[in-house]
Amino acid sequence: MADEVILLDYWPSMFGMRTRVALEEKNIKFDYREQDLFNKSPILLEMNPVHKKIPVLIHNGKPVCESLIQVEYIDETWPGGNPFLPSDPYQRAQAKFWGDFIDKKVYGPTRLIWGAKGEEQEAGTKEFIEMLKMLESELGDKTYFGGETFGYVDIAMIGFYCWFDVLEKCGNFSIEAECPKLIAWAKRCMKRESVAKSLPDSNKITKFVPELKKKIGIE
Amino acid sequence: MAERSEEVKLLGMWASPFSRRVEIALTLKGVPYEFSEQDITNKSPLLLQSNPVHKMIPVLLHNGKPISESLVILEYIDDTWKNNPILPQDPYDRAIARFWARFVDEQVYVTAMKVVGKVGVERDAAVEATRDLLKLMEKELVGKDFLGGESLGFVDIVATLVAFWLMRTEEVVGVKVVPVEMFPEIHRWVKNLLDVDVIKKCIPPEDEHLDYIRARMESLKLKSV
Repeated sequence: MADEVILLDYWPSMFGMRTRVALEEKNIKFDYREQDLFNKSPILLEMNPVHKKIPVLIHNGKPVCESLIQVEYIDETWPGGNPFLPSDPYQRAQAKFWGDFIDKKVYGPTRLIWGAKGEEQEAGTKEFIEMLKMLESELGDKTYFGGETFGYVDIAMIGFYCWFDVLEKCGNFSIEAECPKLIAWAKRCMKRESVAKSLPDSNKITKFVPELKKKIGIE
Repeated sequence: MAERSEEVKLLGMWASPFSRRVEIALTLKGVPYEFSEQDITNKSPLLLQSNPVHKMIPVLLHNGKPISESLVILEYIDDTWKNNPILPQDPYDRAIARFWARFVDEQVYVTAMKVVGKVGVERDAAVEATRDLLKLMEKELVGKDFLGGESLGFVDIVATLVAFWLMRTEEVVGVKVVPVEMFPEIHRWVKNLLDVDVIKKCIPPEDEHLDYIRARMESLKLKSV
């Protein structure tokens, strides 16, 4: 019986990008279904009744919600190829810690950078740079966060890269100037087919953000 | 006395649900550990050194190597000590367990904190919002003894936050956030939990705990004035 894999997603979502990258890395054929978050589809509401959010991974009819949970599910269900998580329990814990850090600490400030003004926006920018520096310090001189192989933390973070351009414009700062190693890492990741296929062009995101602001009622 | 090759130390706090859940997991697996009570108002050098990113408890130190974030710690414990598994084996079941654990921490806990920290209309709204979230947990318990199924699992350990923190605040706050008429399954589940030795051993003693919650509530109200 062939696997049926559906991904309910929204093209600019850095969370959805994680799942796309994970599926591509494992060469899993999936049906990508673009969602309108301003007019949520019956399937989205049925498959994620608790949060009503994307991405939702539907495997043979059964939904898995939350992007990092999906990444781990994909790794556990299709164990071929490079595992996303190391086998050593301590290394695994470190990877999960940083994935959690990205969710808790990196995402929030980005919303202030493109969505807020004045002091709030400045505070968001400052916070974002601080968090990126922590990540960069964790990366060190490694090729990827996990070392030599592309894995969980790389997948957790890479979707933010296509948002860097618009964030820099809104916040009036240069990420490369602040975190050159992180930019070098991102460019290495972009060379991977799975990543190049899964991330939209930066300029698409940059054009999209003013439209998004109008839609959600921010000027 | 723990062997030098298996030194397990927990930097925790007696009244924290996040710290207690780690103790439940270690106790369930029969892992001997040293508990080090931390003063979070005056953080120790060891805590700051072991969790420089968040500077929070709990932190598990295994042979000197730190692991932070309680859900990460729980999974680490399960990966390291294979007896009495906490997470299910099947990848789909694991994904569901991880989903509900996050739900408890990111939704229920955040909303329930407002019940304690707010007053008046804001508190009422928080109670309503908490109940809406708990209705989802209630549904999950139908036909099951535990959230993990027949026996205590990952989600149960995480959700002790609901059973022994959220529900205990009812006494202090004077509001039945989780009335038995509305949540018979949750009440039945709490009774099931209290029948488990490891749980009984690891939850904070009720009287002291209530005193602590009372004191915290007072300090939160004072801050918001």
